[in-house]
Amino acid sequence: MSRRRVVVTGLGCISPLGNDVKSTWDGILAGKSGAAPIENFDTEKFATKFAAQVKNFDVANYIHPKEAKKMDGFIQYGYAAAIEAIRDSGIEATEADAHRIGLAIGAGIGGLDTIERNHSSLLKSGPRRVSPFFVPAAIINMIAGYLSIDYGFKGPNIAITTACTTGTHNIGYAARTIGYGDADVMVAGGAEMASTQLGIAGFGAARALSTRNDAPEQASRPWDKDRDGFVLGDGAGILVLEEYERAKARGATIYAEVTGFGMSGDAYHMTSPPEDGSGACASMRNAVADAGLNPTEIGYINAHGTSTPAGDIAETQAVKSLYGADADQVAISSTKSMIGHLLGAAGAVEAIFSILAIRDQVAPPTINLDNPGEGCDLDYVAKNARELTINHSLSNSFGFGGTNGTLIFSKV
Amino acid sequence: MSNIEDRVKKIVCEQLGAKEEDVTAQASFVDDLGADSLDTVNLVMALEEEFETEIPDEESEKLSTVQDAIDYINAHLG
Repeated sequence: MSRRRVVVTGLGCISPLGNDVKSTWDGILAGKSGAAPIENFDTEKFATKFAAQVKNFDVANYIHPKEAKKMDGFIQYGYAAAIEAIRDSGIEATEADAHRIGLAIGAGIGGLDTIERNHSSLLKSGPRRVSPFFVPAAIINMIAGYLSIDYGFKGPNIAITTACTTGTHNIGYAARTIGYGDADVMVAGGAEMASTQLGIAGFGAARALSTRNDAPEQASRPWDKDRDGFVLGDGAGILVLEEYERAKARGATIYAEVTGFGMSGDAYHMTSPPEDGSGACASMRNAVADAGLNPTEIGYINAHGTSTPAGDIAETQAVKSLYGADADQVAISSTKSMIGHLLGAAGAVEAIFSILAIRDQVAPPTINLDNPGEGCDLDYVAKNARELTINHSLSNSFGFGGTNGTLIFSKV
Repeated sequence: MSNIEDRVKKIVCEQLGAKEEDVTAQASFVDDLGADSLDTVNLVMALEEEFETEIPDEESEKLSTVQDAIDYINAHLG
């Protein structure tokens, strides 16, 4: 069966580097870090005392305060990013096509902050003090829900939840939905706000977080020999995907085409990847095949690159398995070195960077990569962004549970 | 301490995001102030907290206007 072409016509994001796409991308190309000490709760007893949080976010700029009160922070971020993306694309629902416009927006964890607050109320004051908005404020599919209600989008409405692969899977699924013909436009991505007490304690207990408390901005250092875990990040990334002929007919700005999507499962361990990166490699291989490309045609890889000791080596191995002798020819970087790990939003925000890398013909840097660790010997675009010919870019996401996803974007 | 009417109206404004001038004694939470079923539950919770009382469900279901709430609080407080 032939499939319809899918292009990207709108971008929106809320990130630790800025509350829109432009300021975030400027920060990325300048190699800035969004990590800083946590100030929303007392971190004294926490092993990790910093995160890459969103700054100066005034929800009243996007949502009526009465409504915002009924939304966890992750929903607010997702909603705000979607407003930017929808405005950027210029799409509007009409009576004739509202059912052809859908949403696929997830989160890795969901309303952790809301869950914590209501649980505290329950323990302190009993069940009658649990908010009637607790459930709708916390559940993951409410970003898609609210946007559907407010914009009148009546097409597919879904929220895939696959830990740190959430954003990538939602975008890939949304592209398939358009390609297959179930919708003509999909607003897709992910959001997260897990830098709460329970989030920092939980990832800390799993020994997943960096504890470089004396220098938060240097804590996320993918492939560096002194890396010691990831930096938790908050934010959201939203893309508007559209069927190519529709976008062309209305004269939309087309950023790139979604040409490839691949998935795989590690079948290995709860939180660790196999050392040879075989699951990651299968995901990339499937995406490259889907796009009908040779791996060497990929000009830039936005790596999952979380800055964990095991993950960074496994992904390097996966790239080597895919490319063979050509592995050192491809530019790979981890923008998590700057914005941290946005969990369910990571794949979506990084998809935006992969798309803008094509638009601006530049590979974002991996900051803090001072001395590559053992087994980390590829071209990671260390320190500074690099001008580069990029016709196709690839974005990887790998999640707890061994769930992998890869997207490929191409110049139109 | 401000009187009960003022305190009830203040809670209604806060919880329903309503304008002060719209929160008259006769205003209906649902028909005039745009509350849905969850807003109403939340409003009752806020009243319970403000007046340190417990409003049973069978009573709270009868509270449909600002005046209903004022009357209930007056009757059950002090």
